[in-house]
Amino acid sequence: MRTLEQTTQEVLDLAVKHFQLPAGSLAPGDDFFKKLGIDSLQTLEMLSRLENHFGIELPDYEVQGVSDFRTLAERIQSRL
Amino acid sequence: MLDLSQYQSIGQALKDSLDQFANEVCLIEADREREKERLTYRDFKARAHPPAKALQGAGFSVGDRASIIMTNQSKWLISAYAVFFSGGVLVPLDYKLTPEEQWQLLKHSGASVLITEYPIWRQLSGSAGRSAATDLHTVLVTEAPANADLAGARRWEESREAGEPVFVPRKRHDTACIVYSSGTGGRPKGCMMTHENYLEQCVALTSIYPFWPGVRYLSILPTNHAIDFMVGFFGPFTCGATVVHLRTLRPEYVRDAFPKYKITYVSLVPLVLKNLQKGLQARFDALPSGKRKVFNALVAVNKALTKSQPRLGISRRLLKQVHEAFGGELRAIIVGGAFTEPQTLQFFYDLGIPVANGYGLTEAGTAITVNDLKPFRADTVGKPLPGMEIRIVSAASDGVGEVIVRSKTVMSGYLNDPELTAETIVDGWLQTGDLGRIDETGHLLLSGRKKNMIVTEEGKNIYPEDIETVFESLPVKEFCVFAANYIWPKRSMVGERLVLVVHLEPGQQYSEELKRDINARNNRLLNYKRIHGVVLFDEDFPRTASLKIKRNMLAERLAKFDSAAAILPL
Repeated sequence: MRTLEQTTQEVLDLAVKHFQLPAGSLAPGDDFFKKLGIDSLQTLEMLSRLENHFGIELPDYEVQGVSDFRTLAERIQSRL
Repeated sequence: MLDLSQYQSIGQALKDSLDQFANEVCLIEADREREKERLTYRDFKARAHPPAKALQGAGFSVGDRASIIMTNQSKWLISAYAVFFSGGVLVPLDYKLTPEEQWQLLKHSGASVLITEYPIWRQLSGSAGRSAATDLHTVLVTEAPANADLAGARRWEESREAGEPVFVPRKRHDTACIVYSSGTGGRPKGCMMTHENYLEQCVALTSIYPFWPGVRYLSILPTNHAIDFMVGFFGPFTCGATVVHLRTLRPEYVRDAFPKYKITYVSLVPLVLKNLQKGLQARFDALPSGKRKVFNALVAVNKALTKSQPRLGISRRLLKQVHEAFGGELRAIIVGGAFTEPQTLQFFYDLGIPVANGYGLTEAGTAITVNDLKPFRADTVGKPLPGMEIRIVSAASDGVGEVIVRSKTVMSGYLNDPELTAETIVDGWLQTGDLGRIDETGHLLLSGRKKNMIVTEEGKNIYPEDIETVFESLPVKEFCVFAANYIWPKRSMVGERLVLVVHLEPGQQYSEELKRDINARNNRLLNYKRIHGVVLFDEDFPRTASLKIKRNMLAERLAKFDSAAAILPL
């Protein structure tokens, strides 16, 4: 079983890869809309990659209003 | 289609539709690759009568208000039907608002019933705003887990009372819905829409974009939105068509839904349409050069053949792969909620996919103008719908002035706000606050806004007054948020921005620390509500006797500044 820290790190690593950013350029507290300059649709695409990676389903309502990686990782963790 | 001119109310028309089209499929609900529901109109009726009976059993009666806060799904429409059947007034609220905002609007609307989904209720019931909505006495919650704490709510699925509910008739001029055209903050704008507003709008829209049994509409825009309510509920239902709901709006599932359900119409906001364009363009660009040349040639042929009118059959044969990706039966993409750039409209039209763009306001009952495709024009928002009178007033020498509208689809007024109603509807004419002109062919060309608001590409209306709370107690003498185009009218419908006007204390500097404070507060706002710059103003703001800022007067003074130099980036 992953710890929340591990999950958070995997979320960050995946986002770095998905958006082709330099390693270590994202932090758990970052607002992904602002930091990545992405819109709500691109966020949904990122969520699909996270679902595949963790092998879970994240209903849209679970991520409604979430804008930072740490909270996103918590929502994922609760479904692992 | 039902002859809606013979009907008095939404409830009566929907009731007859369920009988007339009993064997047709009315709803399909899918969650990812799984189809969860497929209901005929007969099934719909069987599903809707128990909640209607439950509402009536809870004392809900004629004119009472019931709010729905749900994502797009079959229970949204079933619940709305139950409300109309019982003679109630529907208050559709945006599920994307924060719980505090939702409570504020529930309070303002005076709703006595709330129908919502468990995940939304979980957040709502824990919010401090709950105590404010004192009129609310019944909450029905869908899809609650077996051992969930319902916090005083009842399970929607347990509405199984015996016996038939009683149909409660309403008249054309009675209020059918209270629709909030702006978020919250200082002054919620609750548009009181009558049954006549919807009946007339439906007749006008379907005269240009018809529905019939077999048509499948993909519902993506939230159903609380005026467009989806009309073309994703009332319109298709009164024509016996099918509405497809997706519980997950991830791009890949939306993409799959087109071929899977052979979609006929879909409504999108400009942002999503633009994303779709980007995706398609990337695929075209990736074609090997030989194929690319052939493809470009086919697009050119299609363009020439559809110059005067769309020819779906020809376009589908010429550009087979593109059309097959959309299911092969797409007749038009309806786009609304915000301004769409002509280049995007042209891109789709050249592929043989007409985009039904138009112009509308909640206050005017969804759409005022729509592109009738005779011929397609990317540079306008189309012609007035049947029954719409449009005038341009206070026009400048180039013919551009404020657009005003008179029609049976215009709301009766704002709830509990006679002052704002009187400012907005003058001698029966709705003052839209939008600037435009009408060309010699009768098409409306929009060119800017004169009101203090912006509309995002996602179709959200943002009123600066509503976002000022986040800057409260900012250590400056006074501040005010404006739409930049309200101060410096710009002849453009895109790239609208908000600015924070700041009056510093005597001797105070615009320091890095203050800038950091402004940035930190700004970051607390949802991304589309954020300000884009600061304007420093060194005089006292003009105010009324009750100390409210005279925004129009302040804007006039600010207008004397050069906008490029005055707006300091964050």
